[in-house]
Amino acid sequence: MKHAYLTALILIAVVAALAVGSQLLGIRLYDRIATNLLISLVLVVGLQTFMGNSGLLSFAHIGFMGLGAYTSAVLTIPAQMKGMALPDLYEFMTVLEVSPLLAMLAAGVVAALVAAVVAYPLMRLSDAAAVITSFALLVVLYTVMNNWSALTNGPRTLFGLPKTTDMPIAAVVAAIVIVIALLFKESRTGKLLRASREDEVAAAALGANIPHLRWRAFILAAFIAGVGGALWGHFITSFAPKAFYLKETFLIITMLVIGGANTVTGAVAGTILVTFAYEGLRGTEGALNATAIGAGQVVGLTEIVLALAMIAVMIVKPGGLFPNREIGHILTRTRRKKEIVS
Amino acid sequence: MAFAIQFVIDVLSLGGAYALMALGLVIIYGILRLVNFAYGELIMVAGYTMYLSSGSSLPWLVMAVLAVGMAVLFGILTDYAAFRPVRAKSVTAVLITSFAFSNLLQNAALLFISPRPRNVPLPEIFSQTVSIGGAITPVRNLITIAASIVLLAAVAFLMRKTTLGIAMRAAATNFTMARMLGVPANLIISSAFALSGFLAGVVGILWIGRIGTVVPGIGLEPLLVAFIATVIGGMRSLPGAVVGGFLLALIDTTLNYTLSQDLLKFRDAFTFSLVILILLWRPEGLIKGPASGQRT
Repeated sequence: MKHAYLTALILIAVVAALAVGSQLLGIRLYDRIATNLLISLVLVVGLQTFMGNSGLLSFAHIGFMGLGAYTSAVLTIPAQMKGMALPDLYEFMTVLEVSPLLAMLAAGVVAALVAAVVAYPLMRLSDAAAVITSFALLVVLYTVMNNWSALTNGPRTLFGLPKTTDMPIAAVVAAIVIVIALLFKESRTGKLLRASREDEVAAAALGANIPHLRWRAFILAAFIAGVGGALWGHFITSFAPKAFYLKETFLIITMLVIGGANTVTGAVAGTILVTFAYEGLRGTEGALNATAIGAGQVVGLTEIVLALAMIAVMIVKPGGLFPNREIGHILTRTRRKKEIVS
Repeated sequence: MAFAIQFVIDVLSLGGAYALMALGLVIIYGILRLVNFAYGELIMVAGYTMYLSSGSSLPWLVMAVLAVGMAVLFGILTDYAAFRPVRAKSVTAVLITSFAFSNLLQNAALLFISPRPRNVPLPEIFSQTVSIGGAITPVRNLITIAASIVLLAAVAFLMRKTTLGIAMRAAATNFTMARMLGVPANLIISSAFALSGFLAGVVGILWIGRIGTVVPGIGLEPLLVAFIATVIGGMRSLPGAVVGGFLLALIDTTLNYTLSQDLLKFRDAFTFSLVILILLWRPEGLIKGPASGQRT
């Protein structure tokens, strides 16, 4: 248990270093990238609470992020702007206007409630069927967001969210989420769930109610995704349902998998690594587009490189960079080894 | 009466296409217990092959054969790129590599061809309509029905009567045992991918025949259909996939006819809710597959 504290400490220090570092540099672009990174961190660590502990791949995570973003949007867009931003909004909602912090919590709760209802039957499914249905769930959530014009403005861009997310807030939320993920991992539910990940039959024989355990983890992941969505919505301030679909799903899964899905450390490492790679590639793509040969035609290069990197990591290290031990655990072990040697 | 005929033709033509899509996915899943996320991209490959060869003066049938051939080739390529290197390591790893491979192909199409829809050459007959018992129906629906009957029969024959089919079914039932009895694992897996690619190619042409254009994201809907049909059908049973495909088509078509315009936009959400209800009732799917062996 001691090494879990150490892990929490180190990971929070990393978050703080990112926050302070980008602030010290004082370049606005870096500030934006760092905030984006911290929001991704919230989402990826949230996904880790489900995927890492249960061992099931979930594609629906970004859908819950979308739910959170839209919930928070409906709750916080100023009443006088609602007529323009959401012309078809239901009457009683037009007067709603709560503080962004409260809206962020509400976003998490709404996502968690939806997850609790839809995931209950899904968690009974076996491994591949569960993955497939989570993929279908993503499509359904997207369909609903894309068509429920009254609440989401349909496929058009929704604008007018107050810009309340800045870097310190994102950093604080990211740090809290890291602590929650570590606590959950070491909790009774988390431990039983990890046992079921290693051996479903043995865990069930010991009395673990696997569908129920998975259900709890899924709800927690959805809650974090909802909070992350609200955080992102108030950072970007205008978005369309397209922002919560396959491209973003691919990105957060890449982050988690390259870092190592089984550990929170892996989630953090993967997010940082992939964000830097992504921004670098994006820059290259932009530069190519600016030249005569590219001429604005270069699209998808970033994704191609990331996909190749993902396949390569899976072949060389199928568990990711931190396959099963948290950073705190690794450090205490090496220290103990040294003591034994001396 | 005309309405009834219309309805039956719609269900059968959609169901035939769905069943073929589901079959292509289940053939791989049955043997490897692994889901191929890059399956939809095989349909995309078939479509772009048609588009790229449309400049040549080849007869349409040759182009179609070429398209199916490319789908088969990319099916086998999927095996080599995404499955073989990680197959023995973990289920999640393969899910991710195949997902990454799917992304790779899509973005390659985006980068090297175009994000915009491209026209696919189609023979006259695809756009003609015919009247049966008062119901006016596009000929392509009848072609789809005919093609699916022929292909389903052919696959049934292949699986039941030929050495290759029997070896594939043996591998699906108990892979380790099949290998011990001398079934060459890699050959069987590659032929399963080839067969899957073949089905995807044919479905691709029929599917694109409905729309007439191809875009990089075209594989998503067929992939989703195949996914849901296989989950309803029972994941590992070939007849289950066919039943699941037709059932899904029945649900979809019924919703198409009964939902109002406002609700029709949410059709996918309704379909999926029904699927959840079916799974609550039978979490294993409708038809149980062969006795489960250990994943290899």
